[in-house]
Amino acid sequence: MTKDLKTGLSRRSALSLMGAGAAALLTPNLLGKPAFAQTPPDAPTGRVIVGLSQEPTVFNPLMPKIEVDDNVHFSIFDALFRINENGEFVPNLAAEVPTLENGGISEDGLSWSVKLRDDVTWHDGEAFTADDVKFTLELIVNPDFRAWRTTGHDLVRDIEVVSPTEITWRMEEPFAPYLSFLTETFIVPEHILAAAEDPNEAPFNREPIGTGAFKWGQRTAGDALTLVANPDYHGEGPYIEELIFRYIPDMTVLFTQFQSGAIDVVGRSYITQDNYEAAKALPDRQVDLVPAPSVESIYLNLERPQFQDPAVRQALYYALDRSAIIDVLYYGLPEATETFMPRQSAYYHDSLPAQEFNLDRAREILDQAGWVTGSDGIREKDGVRLEFNNSTTTGAHLREQTQQFVQQTFAEIGVRMNIENMPAAVMWGDFWVLSQFDSAMVGITYLIAADPDVTNRLHTDAIAAQGGNGSNTGQYSNPEVDALLDEGARTFDPEARMAIYREVQEIVRSDLPFLPLFSYTQVYGRKAGLDGFVPNTNTRSETWNAASWYWS
Amino acid sequence: MAAFLLRRLLQSIVLLVIVSIIGFTVLNLIPGGPLAQYALDPGMTEADRLRIAAQMGLDRPLYVQYLEWASRMVQGDWGTSYRDGNPVTTVIARHVPATLLLMGSSTVIAVAVGTWIGIRGATHRNSASDYVATVGAMIALSIPTFWFGLIGIYVFSLRLGWLPSGNMYTIGDGSVLNVLHHLIMPSVVLALVHIAIWSRFMRSATLDAISQEFVKTARAKGVPERRVVMKHVVGNALLPMISLAGVQVPSLLTGALVTETVFSWPGMGRLFLDSLSYSDYPVVMGLLMFSAILTIVANFIADVAVALVDPRIRLA
Repeated sequence: MTKDLKTGLSRRSALSLMGAGAAALLTPNLLGKPAFAQTPPDAPTGRVIVGLSQEPTVFNPLMPKIEVDDNVHFSIFDALFRINENGEFVPNLAAEVPTLENGGISEDGLSWSVKLRDDVTWHDGEAFTADDVKFTLELIVNPDFRAWRTTGHDLVRDIEVVSPTEITWRMEEPFAPYLSFLTETFIVPEHILAAAEDPNEAPFNREPIGTGAFKWGQRTAGDALTLVANPDYHGEGPYIEELIFRYIPDMTVLFTQFQSGAIDVVGRSYITQDNYEAAKALPDRQVDLVPAPSVESIYLNLERPQFQDPAVRQALYYALDRSAIIDVLYYGLPEATETFMPRQSAYYHDSLPAQEFNLDRAREILDQAGWVTGSDGIREKDGVRLEFNNSTTTGAHLREQTQQFVQQTFAEIGVRMNIENMPAAVMWGDFWVLSQFDSAMVGITYLIAADPDVTNRLHTDAIAAQGGNGSNTGQYSNPEVDALLDEGARTFDPEARMAIYREVQEIVRSDLPFLPLFSYTQVYGRKAGLDGFVPNTNTRSETWNAASWYWS
Repeated sequence: MAAFLLRRLLQSIVLLVIVSIIGFTVLNLIPGGPLAQYALDPGMTEADRLRIAAQMGLDRPLYVQYLEWASRMVQGDWGTSYRDGNPVTTVIARHVPATLLLMGSSTVIAVAVGTWIGIRGATHRNSASDYVATVGAMIALSIPTFWFGLIGIYVFSLRLGWLPSGNMYTIGDGSVLNVLHHLIMPSVVLALVHIAIWSRFMRSATLDAISQEFVKTARAKGVPERRVVMKHVVGNALLPMISLAGVQVPSLLTGALVTETVFSWPGMGRLFLDSLSYSDYPVVMGLLMFSAILTIVANFIADVAVALVDPRIRLA
């Protein structure tokens, strides 16, 4: 059921679908509908209880939020488009996805025009129109409004409502990732929020009104949130009467409640890896391994003299026994990777050179580069010793064990890695953001809204420690990559973008600004009778298509 | 009496101010802050985080933030939760009932059982049952609550299927019976530790009372042993318990951190942990002031109660 919608779809054809507007020709009902669906019920029936280890608390979808809040937003609200499990854009509130071909986006990428559905109403009965879209896009960049992300939105100018079903705007500069960003930009009702004295404090933020498949029901703080079916939904579904999010803070108890049947779906943070075998053995449960978008790696602070020599980075990579780390420490569940690009992204480069664990080769590289072993067994060159700290969150057991493992293999090639862990708040504060670490053990999601643009992580202008605006905490700087990223952000043609981001991955693989360990895998679990469930790691939500769920 | 009340009131206010200053300072000294949860958010730039911090007023000097918070607090405005946008008083009020139910029932169990074990231990000192109670109390005090909780869930929920594995009610069934069913395990687990505390206190207080002259006199007069214990011993032994209750009562409302987490109980302890981990300053400060006020009031009531019960103590 978690298989691709169209099995046998090649990456290339998927890619052409993504941009060419062919997706718009597919029915909007394709939102995650399984290929062999049985007939869903005529009227919404039953309820689904989703257990979450964090509590959703932010209900205005434009305000700062975490992943679990997205579960609520995807159910109550709609965006102009959505991105499905194959990475294809499908219309949501829009009537079609704008592309170069259909003229929705001009050749220079600066003029956008979006046609909207005419059959959408808000949960309170008011009609949805282009004014709501205009209001939403303007609210995000309103300096008094506490907006979540503003990247992309800050380039939008001259928003014009042509008709209730058409809106146009101009971009300050061409920015291709904006299409992806809009799949996470949920449209809010103008007729309610424009009237609010302060949109940051509006009652709407506590009892939202959207256009989505589910309406606000009732919330018991610290316990449960109930959403109820919206019978007037313009898209497919909903087939269930109630969608309930239950907050179960303890991960062990989250799994226990799945075992005992108290919850129907294990939501974030899913089933812990050590319980995977036990989960698979449960009767009447469907347990799946789902690739996650985040990549675990040893992040190097490239401003440190130890890491500036590419030979050192290569040698360290040869000295990583990744398969042992994955099999012994991580129960064999994650997959080794050579790139930051998530495996299920259409832009994933699958033919990068594979890493090899080879200590002799590592020593050879260091010898050739002139790193000489000193009296204490540590190599050095020009007064720089191959000794550095590695940091991660205190108490992250698997990472701590990985550190000890890596420490030993590094020692065998004359490199001393000291473990220097700290509490999460310290670790991921200025220490991380302003690149005060030597090296870090970290899991990072590189893509924003599934767009392949990684400017924020790998562009020279994104080094916060050097006054840049972004999260390039490894301080990686390669003019070639900068140029490619700039070009990729301006390019709308999917084939051309494909070539660009493949090249970026090749250069990054050879530069090794960080040492990739593996891409994460999450263990999803649900009751076997729940149909229509489709994991979609192009979103941050496991309930993104709850409108299509039903009990068989 | 009026002078006593006035002095206690002034002391309390000074205490509250000190608590709030220390609390506010420590809270803000903890690295991270309300925006730390977005540190690894790929789409949020440092500029976004700085902008949001400024919009929330977090970029101002600490004393300015404190004075603003304090002046609002004095006017009865406890602030608004960063996490869910509700007034802090509403947030607290929503979590109190669950905690009151859990703590109330576990305290009833703990006081009843603990008092009985304590009295029995003292009157049957060094008997087999006294040893069992003593060792039992030591074990209950030294084993972490979450361990008891998880073992309980494993045995009674997963293996036997008798009790639910957490939460306060089954979705779709909010009946009293259903809530009571969910209440059994967390309240018993929580009571275990409190039984241990109460029984140890009660035992030593009873022993103190038993060795008093008036007990000897009563026995010499030929008063039946049962009556000696119930009237003379227990009556006097309960006196120090009033002070202990004064210390324990605030926890009725401030909740149990670990038990509420293990059993997904939507109470104040859980709220405190979550608010702390998300650096929801207004709620953490609200909870701090709430429990400080409760502690002050409960201790005051306990002092007055002891004075009323024990004619040897006078309030001055």
